[in-house]
Amino acid sequence: MNDVLICLFASAGFDKSARGLAGAGRRLADELGANLRAVVIGSEADALAHEVARVADAVTVADQAELAEYQPETSLGALALLCKELQPRAVLLANDTYSQELAPRLAHRLGGSAVGDAVEVRAGVEGLRVVRQVYGGKAQAVIELKRVPAVVWLRARSFAPAEPRADEAGTITRAALDVQPLARTRIVERVREGGGEARLEEARVIVSGGRGIGGPEPFAAELKPLADLLGAQLAASRAACDAGWVPPTWQIGQTGKKVTPELYLAIAITGASQHIAGISEAKTIAAINTDPDAPIFKHSRFGIVADYRQVVPLLREKLAALQK
Amino acid sequence: MNILVCLKQIPDPEIPARDFRIDAERREMERDGANLVTNIFCENALETALQLRERVGDARITVLSYGQPSAEDSLRKALAMKADAAALVTNEGNPNPDPLAVARVLAAAIRKLGAFDLVMTGREAGDWGAGQTGALVAEELGLPCVSFVDSIEAAGARLLRLKRQTDTGWEVVEAEPPVVVTVTNDEHNVPRIPKVRDVMMSYRQPLTKWTLAELGIDADEARAGNSYYEVAELFIPQKETRCEFVTGDTLDEKVEAFARRLVEVTRAL
Repeated sequence: MNDVLICLFASAGFDKSARGLAGAGRRLADELGANLRAVVIGSEADALAHEVARVADAVTVADQAELAEYQPETSLGALALLCKELQPRAVLLANDTYSQELAPRLAHRLGGSAVGDAVEVRAGVEGLRVVRQVYGGKAQAVIELKRVPAVVWLRARSFAPAEPRADEAGTITRAALDVQPLARTRIVERVREGGGEARLEEARVIVSGGRGIGGPEPFAAELKPLADLLGAQLAASRAACDAGWVPPTWQIGQTGKKVTPELYLAIAITGASQHIAGISEAKTIAAINTDPDAPIFKHSRFGIVADYRQVVPLLREKLAALQK
Repeated sequence: MNILVCLKQIPDPEIPARDFRIDAERREMERDGANLVTNIFCENALETALQLRERVGDARITVLSYGQPSAEDSLRKALAMKADAAALVTNEGNPNPDPLAVARVLAAAIRKLGAFDLVMTGREAGDWGAGQTGALVAEELGLPCVSFVDSIEAAGARLLRLKRQTDTGWEVVEAEPPVVVTVTNDEHNVPRIPKVRDVMMSYRQPLTKWTLAELGIDADEARAGNSYYEVAELFIPQKETRCEFVTGDTLDEKVEAFARRLVEVTRAL
């Protein structure tokens, strides 16, 4: 009844997000004096289940044929069944597409409360308390959840992973669920963009361009070679994505991706709060901008006030020379 | 095809950070002076609906809002963008209803408005950004839900093809109506600008107004507080970062210094 349950999708593996989720779950369970349980959904779940069992007390694998691939209604139904059986006090998920899609509905089916995009979770006086950004990153709120279970999706990559257990690993069991595979919605096509590149959320260095880039060409001609020199992945602000210069999957911000790189180089990005909301957990931010008063500099460790068109070609030369 | 689009009126999220203040007592943004706008993702939803109507021809779009009396402006703008009908549920209860309270009101209004093939909401709003309304409306109505949709096509008499964005790319989802979708932005659903004439005309069009009581919802109970979650604290985080602007007599020297700083950071990785 008092347990903390984390839900993971097997397809993503034990990535930074899953490690953060497991860490957050472990610490919350310890704070509550409770067990940490995990559910791993999807086919080929064994490897992930074994990794998670080094942190959790008990892992349930839900890998039956109907759940092999994520389908909104089927996966939600299965998770709801599992939660009704396990009766957790808190259910934690990551902030991937599928988790965000399911979490509020899961809470509703369990008579609980949901809240998302949490950067901190702790036990409150009554219910769980969650810290999250609001107003496009201009403010932070502490939200107190009133119902049980508390269903929380986390900005999982911002959470530290847990140390593996010193004693033996948690148990792993297989669930056999009576799920209804026939649903009125069906994912019929799944397309990966970016040709097998690593995910932005996992990137250690990110080079990002904004409205001031001025068009699609400089992303390819100027920013891409710079990113290659830095071993970085390319990203963009909402303005650049909305203009159609780069795919929407590149978007960083409150309504795009929330990233946690070691270095975030913002080029021709003003730094509206909704953009900052996506990079607030970056370790070092550096900026190139023509406007010394651009808000991005208030969040940057170092910066240069100049036109990127002049800076970037020169910067590539200098970096190439320094890296020799 | 009957389409319903939910619209939320919010304080303009583009307000500069230096003008942003918090009303500590009400635990919300200070409303004085803030422009009120329709949440952008709600407008993306309406635009997506309008484009779907243009493709299928025979479709009717109803817009619905739950909010202060001023939310009528968001609905009038939607009518000017050529929505067919509008309904406003005036919130005389809790000034800051939680997502479940909002979903219950919207679901009650949707039931009263009739049967819909497609119920649409924005993926989240630019004020609280909870990102739950669509999902909870779906549960209240007992309907399936697909999130982060950016375009919709009719693929037969009783089948919709939804394209939706994911972390890694996109997916195509086939859905048999009725279904709830939440809409995100892409370059194809940037909301159209209504014509001045249509804006003026919109104020002569009928607009249904309901109180909570007319939907069978107890306003006193709503005022008593939220049962789903409560904002316990609200504050503006203090940032301590001081930006070091690289120095040099020439651009070349500045860029050299900038490059050295970048290498310092990346070398440690």
